[in-house]
Amino acid sequence: MTSVNQEPTPTNTDIITTPDASADLLANSFGDYVRIVGRRIRSGESGALPVIVGLIVIVVFFYAKNSLFLSAGNLVNLMAQSAFIITLGMAEIFVLLLGDIDLAAGYTAACGAVIALWMLALGDPWWAAVLVALAATAAYGALQGIITAKLGLPSFVVTLAGLLGLSGLLLYLINATGNIGVGGVISLHNGVINDIENGYLNPTATWIVMIAIAVVAGLAIFYGDFRRRTAGLVAPPVSVTLLKIAGVAIAALVVAAIANQNRGRLIVVEGMPWSVLVVLAILFIWTVLLGRTRFGRYVYAIGGNAEAARRAGISIVRIRTLAFMLCGLTAGMTGIIYASYLGSISNGVNGGQNVLNGVAAAVIGGTSLFGGRGRMLHAVIGGLVVGVIYNGLALLGLSAAAQLMWTALVLLAAVIVDRVTRRGSAA
Amino acid sequence: MNDAEPLLRLRGIGKNFGPVHALTDINLDIPAGQVTALVGDNGAGKSTLIKTIAGIWEPNRGEILWQGKPVHFRSPKDATNAGIATVYQDLALADNLDIVQNMMLGHELLKAGLLDEIAMEKTAKKTLADLRVTTVRNIRQPVGSLSGGQRQAVAVAKAVQLDARLVIMDEPTAALGVSQTALVLEIIEQLASRGIAVLVISHNLTDVFRVADRIAVLYLGRMVSSGPVGNYDTNSAVHWMTTGTAPNGHIASPQSTEG
Repeated sequence: MTSVNQEPTPTNTDIITTPDASADLLANSFGDYVRIVGRRIRSGESGALPVIVGLIVIVVFFYAKNSLFLSAGNLVNLMAQSAFIITLGMAEIFVLLLGDIDLAAGYTAACGAVIALWMLALGDPWWAAVLVALAATAAYGALQGIITAKLGLPSFVVTLAGLLGLSGLLLYLINATGNIGVGGVISLHNGVINDIENGYLNPTATWIVMIAIAVVAGLAIFYGDFRRRTAGLVAPPVSVTLLKIAGVAIAALVVAAIANQNRGRLIVVEGMPWSVLVVLAILFIWTVLLGRTRFGRYVYAIGGNAEAARRAGISIVRIRTLAFMLCGLTAGMTGIIYASYLGSISNGVNGGQNVLNGVAAAVIGGTSLFGGRGRMLHAVIGGLVVGVIYNGLALLGLSAAAQLMWTALVLLAAVIVDRVTRRGSAA
Repeated sequence: MNDAEPLLRLRGIGKNFGPVHALTDINLDIPAGQVTALVGDNGAGKSTLIKTIAGIWEPNRGEILWQGKPVHFRSPKDATNAGIATVYQDLALADNLDIVQNMMLGHELLKAGLLDEIAMEKTAKKTLADLRVTTVRNIRQPVGSLSGGQRQAVAVAKAVQLDARLVIMDEPTAALGVSQTALVLEIIEQLASRGIAVLVISHNLTDVFRVADRIAVLYLGRMVSSGPVGNYDTNSAVHWMTTGTAPNGHIASPQSTEG
């Protein structure tokens, strides 16, 4: 071999990676973990931390203005109020992860609610009403997905058409119910659906359920890290595993303790609202779907690099259609929770504003509008922020005008914080 | 290795786009376990040739013999299934996914219907270890956080993961620094030492001479010269690339491998 240029071979030792990976996987000890987390925050990979700090700041602010804000009654009210914003945020995350958006989801939810309440008014059992409503909203979501993916149209425009069309369909459907929807309002008279937002587990059941959730979640975290450790793969230090378990347990117990305080004035009212369990159940299933299945992996892959996904043999049309279908399905669930919260569904539902609150929840929680980055948990955190603002400003007696403008400022602040912290890492 | 049937043999391959002859009568042998460097000036037809091998374009004339048998790749999938993996310049990696997720993309391992992260991580770890890729600190870091050489390494490992017998690399060292280039060249050598055939497009003759066993020179769509790297030096290679003719007074005039 005639090697013409004999250069000294450089060593590979100077090749290092610039930004850090998750501290979970790099740290060897707890001190290490804290250092890496600190470095990540400075370099812009802060995750959900700024939002949680922001949430605490807002909560302290409202508490200082009105101590009732942190009363058990108001906090439980807040959980119930935030439920539909959170689930609508979850619906949006399916499509946001692809870099898409579903502007119609608010009206998808409203139309789903109309279908469910209409069937209930006709005397159908609650489960049949829920199933039909969810099937209809999922089918509608799939239709939007097929149009978007097959024809390669921007989802913004397709779902904008959906928003207009469905707001019309909402009026049409309520009219079509005849004397059921008198005055443009269909009332909810079903105990089960009504209980989602207005029913409570008794205090004993609340403790049992929340402790069970804490134990199962704790075991799952421990077992997962334990398996990684024994397989000789990268795993967080034991102390970090224990800290995560403690975090979950404390959160579960605090929610149970708050919900189990008597918040009635004349009669005893205590226990956790069913809506909390419903939200947790949806969170769990969708988190597993996104994090532990092929479908979920492909959603992230397409959001990160669609061309790479295509070359890996992934059908982008199929995954996008499925994601829009799941968005529609989750919007349908939102509609039923929303109807339970309002006790009725009317033709005056502002589906446009609701969907933007859902998108705001997802983005405030840390999900990217450009695809590839986000988790279902973000909708919970962001949805609570939006819920806290609405709840707190209402408690201060501020008008809807102020509520909207404050939400706008917080959304803007969230995006700016995200951008500024990320700029540090962009170089 | 040389006396055996080459892994891939191109016979009289021609490809035209309308009246434009992109490739004319290309003969080339690509033996297993060796690094073949495909060099040529801009517009010489290097990309067209690898895309023809990778199944993106079907040739208009000639035949492709894969392990001695004629094959017709109608899509990139056909070529992939046969064992030809192509690493394009854009690498096709998802920055938001980690190394394991990228390497296993489209070929995830499942356990009870759910992703088997532990099995996938072990598989990916083994492939990287086989390629002696040791510079990645953590296999679970997002690919977006890797250096250029490491990204190239992940892209190659991803290709090898699928039992590739021939790995085609398009300008793997372009835009890389010195140490990063060394990392990539080391990986190329590792591939060859494992019996995999490697076809590398490169503009960088320093890299070519450092890693290649054979050189093939394209000039205006024709294979003007090909042979063992020992038949060339930088000057003669440049002469072939820029003029398409043999340099004056060249000692061992390399001839076309076939025909």
